Amino acid sequence: MPHTDSAGLLFLPLFLPLLGFLSILFIDRVQEKAIKYVTLIFSMLTFFASLPLWFAFNDGLDGFQFYSNIPWIPSIDAGFRIGLDGMSLLLVVLTTFIMPISILASFEPIGKRLKEYYAMMLLLEFGMLGVFVSLDTMLFYVFWELILIPMYFLIGIWGGKDRIYAAVKFFLYTLVGSLLMLIAIVWMGLYAKWTPGGHFTTDFLILKQLAPGIQVDIQIWLFLAFALSFCIKVPLFPFHTWLPDAHVQAPTAGSVILAGVLLKMGTYGLIRFNLELFPQALYEFAHPIAWLSVIGVIYGALVAMVQTDIKKLVAYSSVSHLGFVVLGIVSVTPEGLQGAIIQMVNHGLSTGMLFLCVGVLYERRHTREIADFGGITKVMPKFAAMFTIAMMASVGLPGLNGFIGEYLTLFGSFQSKFLNNPWYSIFSASGVIFAAVYLLWMFQRVMFGTNDNPKNHGLTDLTRSEYWQLVPLVIFIVWIGVFPKTFLSKTELYAQTLVGSIEKTVLGTSAYPKIKAQKIQEHVNHKSGH
Amino acid sequence: MIQDLLLTAPFTFLSAMAIIAMVVDALIKNSARITFLFSVITLIVSGILAIATFGQHGIGFNGMVTGGGFASYFDLLFSLGGLLTIFAARSYLQREGIEHDEFYSLVLFAIGGMMLIGHSNNLLSLFIGIEIMSVVFYVLSGYMRSSIASVESSLKYFLLGAFSTGFLVYGMALIYGATGSMDYNHIAMNITRGSLPLESLLPIGIALMVIGLSFKAAAFPFHQWAPDVYQGAPTIVTAFMSTAGKAAAFAAFMPMIMVLMPAATAKLQMTFAVLSAATMLIGNISALAQTNIKRMLAFSSVAHAGYLMMGLVAGSQSGYSGIMFYLTSYMFMQIGSFIIVGLLERRGEEHLEIADYAGLSKKHPVLAAFMAIFMFSLAGIPPFAGFFGKYYLFTAAIDAGYLWLTIIAVLSSIISVYFYIGLIVKMYFNESEKDMPDTEIGLSGMSLVITIAGVIILGIMPSGILSIANAIFGHSSH
Repeated sequence: MPHTDSAGLLFLPLFLPLLGFLSILFIDRVQEKAIKYVTLIFSMLTFFASLPLWFAFNDGLDGFQFYSNIPWIPSIDAGFRIGLDGMSLLLVVLTTFIMPISILASFEPIGKRLKEYYAMMLLLEFGMLGVFVSLDTMLFYVFWELILIPMYFLIGIWGGKDRIYAAVKFFLYTLVGSLLMLIAIVWMGLYAKWTPGGHFTTDFLILKQLAPGIQVDIQIWLFLAFALSFCIKVPLFPFHTWLPDAHVQAPTAGSVILAGVLLKMGTYGLIRFNLELFPQALYEFAHPIAWLSVIGVIYGALVAMVQTDIKKLVAYSSVSHLGFVVLGIVSVTPEGLQGAIIQMVNHGLSTGMLFLCVGVLYERRHTREIADFGGITKVMPKFAAMFTIAMMASVGLPGLNGFIGEYLTLFGSFQSKFLNNPWYSIFSASGVIFAAVYLLWMFQRVMFGTNDNPKNHGLTDLTRSEYWQLVPLVIFIVWIGVFPKTFLSKTELYAQTLVGSIEKTVLGTSAYPKIKAQKIQEHVNHKSGH
Repeated sequence: MIQDLLLTAPFTFLSAMAIIAMVVDALIKNSARITFLFSVITLIVSGILAIATFGQHGIGFNGMVTGGGFASYFDLLFSLGGLLTIFAARSYLQREGIEHDEFYSLVLFAIGGMMLIGHSNNLLSLFIGIEIMSVVFYVLSGYMRSSIASVESSLKYFLLGAFSTGFLVYGMALIYGATGSMDYNHIAMNITRGSLPLESLLPIGIALMVIGLSFKAAAFPFHQWAPDVYQGAPTIVTAFMSTAGKAAAFAAFMPMIMVLMPAATAKLQMTFAVLSAATMLIGNISALAQTNIKRMLAFSSVAHAGYLMMGLVAGSQSGYSGIMFYLTSYMFMQIGSFIIVGLLERRGEEHLEIADYAGLSKKHPVLAAFMAIFMFSLAGIPPFAGFFGKYYLFTAAIDAGYLWLTIIAVLSSIISVYFYIGLIVKMYFNESEKDMPDTEIGLSGMSLVITIAGVIILGIMPSGILSIANAIFGHSSH
């Protein structure tokens, strides 16, 4: 059952960005400074307003907290239903944390149409927070699509040379997936109506109770409709082709948000909908999805290796890193799931930081070609230190955040009874090695060697603003690396409950071979023996 | 008699006023200003009357018309459409130099015809309503007398329209032959009772009527006239025809289906499903190739007829409510976008290419933002009205077992997104090549504010309209 204690806490961080968006609309466009600072202040206020959630959140409670349910469209029983569990809490705080940094990172580079830009940033934040807190399929869908509009403009107006192509591709790819999801959402609402005594509803909690009763072959279609939408967003190989275009063309802040938060909407959706609603269908598709994520890990790494553009390299590294997340999700073990969730946060922090570093270089040289750089360490020592941390976090160096996430997902998939095949972990582990190769190699070419390009001689080191964009990220990268328990404890109960219920549901289905069921049973016994 | 007049108050009031307006035109020179104000007041009053008569029930004038509920809703919708049109029409007509006195009374007559369609409870009154509306449309589309395109549009519309009316009348005649009555209630009764002497005529009659009405709704395969007529007609007339005209076609369709459904449920549903799928695909795919904005919106309007037909396919309470909601939201977004097109248009078909919209967001940020919202709404992106319209229709179609149709609808929506956001790409991402005209917004601003508010409010708070629509069709969902 959802917990409604201090439900009001959730409204403030959710609606502050919307309030900010509306206030920006009323500021005259020539007041550029005011626009910038109002946006920054609103995003910081949102972050501070989200902190009470973190402290008021009870790790020991199962189910959603801060739950509220306000009627919205009574005739289809759609409501403004919002709430948080451990996973969404982490992602909400990640979002409110990344946004002020991205906004600060936009102050220098964004020179045109400031009013539209900052309004779009706040609208984007509102949409992203909405996605993570929605407990109503209709509301979820509205927020999910709401994000398309600002992101489309961010890429299309303030992007690079091929921005229009990238923006339209981003829009169409995402929309194709989400419209199929819409059909699935409608179908589930109707399923609730078709059950005896039922009525049409979009209440996630009711649907979650009803979902196991849906015939398995229909569950499979629903599963696929949701999964396609989310896998495009993640993006899972082979749906990843929009990502490099969008990343390369987007302005730095856009890339940071894209990598930091937007992609997590895909993995979040996979867990929230595919795992929670259709465990049986997941069982059927665990292997294909696991293979795709392993291919994504290796393919992303190999393609990243041959890139000559730093930003493109980081973009492909995202494809690789998110492969780990998806692998952790389909492993359906508490470790894998927790690893996947923490890896979402990690990827947001470290890849976001890498994009910021690329942005720093681009602002100074207006190029991102690796060959144009060399020996930057000598002229920008502070930047070199930051870039090193970001890179090492991304590689997965023990002591920094990336290690924890990758370790847990690999561990989870290795011992997963759902996948029951250690090769997934073995293959993906190679992705860690590849990551070290492409990142270190890039780092060596950009930062070390001789600084023989005269254009690189007089580069200035980090400005104060840039410095303060990076420092908060470093704090959390180290924090998660050294003391992950702060964050893992939030999702521990959630992961265990979910895995437990999935195993129970799948066990109860006769459509599966006895042997597999037997194995899972042993696994469950083994678990409960602890 | 008084009872009958009260039942149909919005329609009778508006028709009387239309006649007075016409007389005023004839008697007073340069009466455009007077008739404009007169029409505004008339439309507001008939809108209020529509709300006031909403709760009534029953039939009047010897069973020729019904009142209240369904009819009142359409009365209100048509009055609103008329109001939005004439607010925007005034400055548009002046700019184009065609503000002849009779424009406003013609619009009133068209609305009178449409209202009669909504009220009709008899094939005869339906026919009269359709003819009044159509004849006015023939005149209005040729209103720009000096423009060859406009005259061509009028002639084309007239010839094809007359042809389609032939189908309609023949269909009505056959239905009368088969069932022995023109009255909806009697037709329905006779069909349910069964053993009609000339039963084999019924399906042919239904088919011919569907053809006639599909023409009015601009549905495939009878949509060919729409792009040419919509492009040639004065922009503001196009806005009116493509929204209120379409709504009128569906106001005719819905009671007809409800009456005739018992005769041919499965076949009729399947026919509509195929027509609907073809309509949206053809409309959207053709719109992709257009370079003229009016033509693009014309083809998109064909596609929207396809979405609307999904509600007829479902043939259920939620399907009909979905149609009502969709027609309302469509009126806001389509009229809104045509008003902006009209504001930027210059005499002699200037500035109507999509390419001319490059860089609009710099010159006219507010107009561009409005246009972007209309486009997102037409494309069905939440949180705008168009999304919820589609959502209800999709839900109704899936509920009726037409999942394949919904999937086609989704695919064609994806196609449509490409040209809708194509316009946004032009307005926001491209730099202008030629000078953007200055524009005086004037009274059009009123219409724009109402339409944009409608698109956003219906998008965020759709439950109001929906519960009204549900009340009309009763709560007898299956």
